[in-house]
Amino acid sequence: MYDRLTIHQKQAFWAWVFLAVPVVFFIVVRFYPTFDAAWISLTNWSLFREPKFIGLANYKEMFQDPVFWKVFANTFKYLALGLPVSLLISFTVAYYLDRVRFMHGLIRGLYFVPYLTTAVAMAWVWRWFYQPVPIGLFNDALSAVGLPQQPFLRSVDQALPSVLAPAIWAGLGFQVIIFLAGLRAIPETYYEAARIDGVGAWTILWEITLPLLKPTLLFLIVISSIGFLRIFDQVYNMTVDGQGGPLNATRPLVLNIYNSAFVDYDMGYATAQTMVLFLVLLVITIVQLRLLRSK
Amino acid sequence: MSAALHRPRIAPGRIVAWTLLALGGIVMIMPFVFMISTSLKTPEQVYDLRLIPLRPTLKNYVELFADARFLNWFVNSLVTSTIVTLSVLFFDSLVGYTLAKYRFRGRSFVFIAILSTLMIPTEMLVIPWYLMSASLGWIDTYWGIMFPGLITGFGVFLMRQFFSTVPDELIDAARIDGLSEFRIWWEIALPLVTPAMSALAIFTFLGNWTAFLWPLIVTSEKDLFTVPVGLSSFASENLTRWEMVMTGAAVSTIPTLIVFIVFQKYIIRGVVLSGLKG
Repeated sequence: MYDRLTIHQKQAFWAWVFLAVPVVFFIVVRFYPTFDAAWISLTNWSLFREPKFIGLANYKEMFQDPVFWKVFANTFKYLALGLPVSLLISFTVAYYLDRVRFMHGLIRGLYFVPYLTTAVAMAWVWRWFYQPVPIGLFNDALSAVGLPQQPFLRSVDQALPSVLAPAIWAGLGFQVIIFLAGLRAIPETYYEAARIDGVGAWTILWEITLPLLKPTLLFLIVISSIGFLRIFDQVYNMTVDGQGGPLNATRPLVLNIYNSAFVDYDMGYATAQTMVLFLVLLVITIVQLRLLRSK
Repeated sequence: MSAALHRPRIAPGRIVAWTLLALGGIVMIMPFVFMISTSLKTPEQVYDLRLIPLRPTLKNYVELFADARFLNWFVNSLVTSTIVTLSVLFFDSLVGYTLAKYRFRGRSFVFIAILSTLMIPTEMLVIPWYLMSASLGWIDTYWGIMFPGLITGFGVFLMRQFFSTVPDELIDAARIDGLSEFRIWWEIALPLVTPAMSALAIFTFLGNWTAFLWPLIVTSEKDLFTVPVGLSSFASENLTRWEMVMTGAAVSTIPTLIVFIVFQKYIIRGVVLSGLKG
């Protein structure tokens, strides 16, 4: 039977043999749950009762829920603070590291290690740093130089940046590596030509380096934005009982989803929020594709 | 002529830049340094912030492992991360190869469908996964921890890119030699993409070792926790015993540090190659 197949038919046969298990996997573990999530968001499913279709009631509840809006705003605060700060630091590091030969690999490694380590473990180390005197490193350092103590994680104003700091810290190394690769890809001749024309370093940076780095920058903006919008591990482990306090000041969307689903067991309400997260991330991805194409 | 004449002059600006970069790099690893230093201190010494403990002790580590829970979590993480990594290597490369090297109807549809799963955030899937696991009895099992990650869209995409660079002539020649289709993939094509495979292996392993949200959801029995989930619960129980929290953090982090030190070259190349971790 098999021997009578043409070469093309044999190829198609083997292709589907190889794809059979993965295709089933993707249908069952990726596609079905995606549609399931959309469906659950239209029900009042809690683990303790049969799901009942309730239309858009979860979405209505969400838009009227002040906690949801607070959480939504927090999520974008993480992004609005985290993105520019992290990109500015990582670009500066990469820009200078690119010219450094002496111990280049070692220094690059120092910036990169935090990216690979367990975020949960590091969240606890940072939580310890933020403790009041005599425990916390930061407050001890402040008091050593005669500056006032800071509440950090206990303050409604300071808690969010304090939780964000280890997330920025952990992501810097990745951004530096990508920036370095982008800088390497710029042909040396551009710089030589500019130098022969007597152009200053600042002008070279703005007129040559940054414009040529646009695809790299765009890639990092999208990847990092998605990362900041999905922040969870740090908040869960650095706030009291993982609640994103004080007074929800640090609670991001993903933590609110987790709480709705696995503390309140309100699966319908939780999935409605995941649809919002999905839409936000989708918009960012589409904008990226547009921008890349317009180049 | 002496070599010194040819050596470029080292500008003072460069020395300043190097020094600042190096200092910044040291600041970057200070959390690790303080973590390890504190894990070697007795409770009375914790408030003493000197970097090198006066009388370093492994007492905390002994206490941590005497409890057996950490060892248990270690085994859980090791087993689940290893199996997921092997599965990802096998299936992602097989699918990537098929999509790169076979001509058949539906090929681009399958590829685009798999690619589109990259746009779906895990956070949206965890609730359906949880409900699925609850009804099938997968809560608090290794299978429950592992099943969502056994094949990844990202790995398929990466491997397809790399298999595209394998010349068709090589595969055709192997066919003429009478090798089976499976063995052509396994013996001819696969060895040519080892750099991509090693990058995929390292990132899949580390990604699963550090994963938090899904293992947190799918496990409720302490015996089934992975290292990050276990550490999180352990640290909340020992909130005021910072030397123990730091010991737990160190124990969770040291394996990833070792992986980094051993595979640094592959990892950095892999980041550039693939652009992301997950």
